[in-house]
Amino acid sequence: MAITKMITHITGCDLIKEFLMDKKRRIILKATMAGGTLAVAAGANLLTPGRVMAAWPAKAFAAKKMDAAMNVITGKDRPVSSNQIQVVAPDIAENGAVVSVKATTTLPNVESISIYVPVNAYPLSASYILSKQMKPSVSGRIKMAKTADIVAVVKSNGKLYTAKKGVKVTLGGCGG
Amino acid sequence: MERKMKIRAWDNGKNTSIKAIIFHPMETGLRKDKKTGKKIPGHYITEVNCEHNGKNLLTCLWGPGVSKNPFLAFDFDGAKKGDDVKISWVDNQGGKGGSTVKIS
Repeated sequence: MAITKMITHITGCDLIKEFLMDKKRRIILKATMAGGTLAVAAGANLLTPGRVMAAWPAKAFAAKKMDAAMNVITGKDRPVSSNQIQVVAPDIAENGAVVSVKATTTLPNVESISIYVPVNAYPLSASYILSKQMKPSVSGRIKMAKTADIVAVVKSNGKLYTAKKGVKVTLGGCGG
Repeated sequence: MERKMKIRAWDNGKNTSIKAIIFHPMETGLRKDKKTGKKIPGHYITEVNCEHNGKNLLTCLWGPGVSKNPFLAFDFDGAKKGDDVKISWVDNQGGKGGSTVKIS
């Protein structure tokens, strides 16, 4: 158990180090990601015949700036902050590789909820498209490179709203 | 390779709650193998679809920023005990999986 924990911590450290990577590597990575998307598209059709799948927005997930990712996911409009959205996450996360986050809102007709970590190599973590049956709340676990805000963007009645929550990511666990 | 996943679906009195875990490495593609110094290729779930009796409930678009062995929890209306909830996923390397449970 102790070893597993150590490995996870090392993983967290690596993520941070990798931010300092040179550009060349990023270009290679981009190419790999594009290839992967094609494979996904092929697989998706097999899984749910008869239903149009939302195309996985490769560009948004490969974007290194939050703005660029948002342009793909929700368009050029920028969200306004709202106190009707709650981002529930720990104040301090010991391990940046696993941070629990819950985004919940009292806004009506929620179409989508997206979770961003602006300081990550790829700021967009996840985007959830909700049907009418859904309660406007989703929980998951995300990775965080360092202390930062988790930003939730909610699309309600065609308009964008946002809220954020600061999470302190402890680096002490990295063994350095 | 078929990966394992766990889903729990239950009637909580007001609506239906779902909790699911998919066992998946969620490699970002940014990490390096400590021994060889080579990059570990990115391997992560890109899309998760949740259905209630064949009707779409929730589509999750995920990237490498989602944690290893991803967890998902949500609530929804309009279901009753015994209804089917199906969750299926695909990853960036063409891997896929899914499972169906009955609401208890």
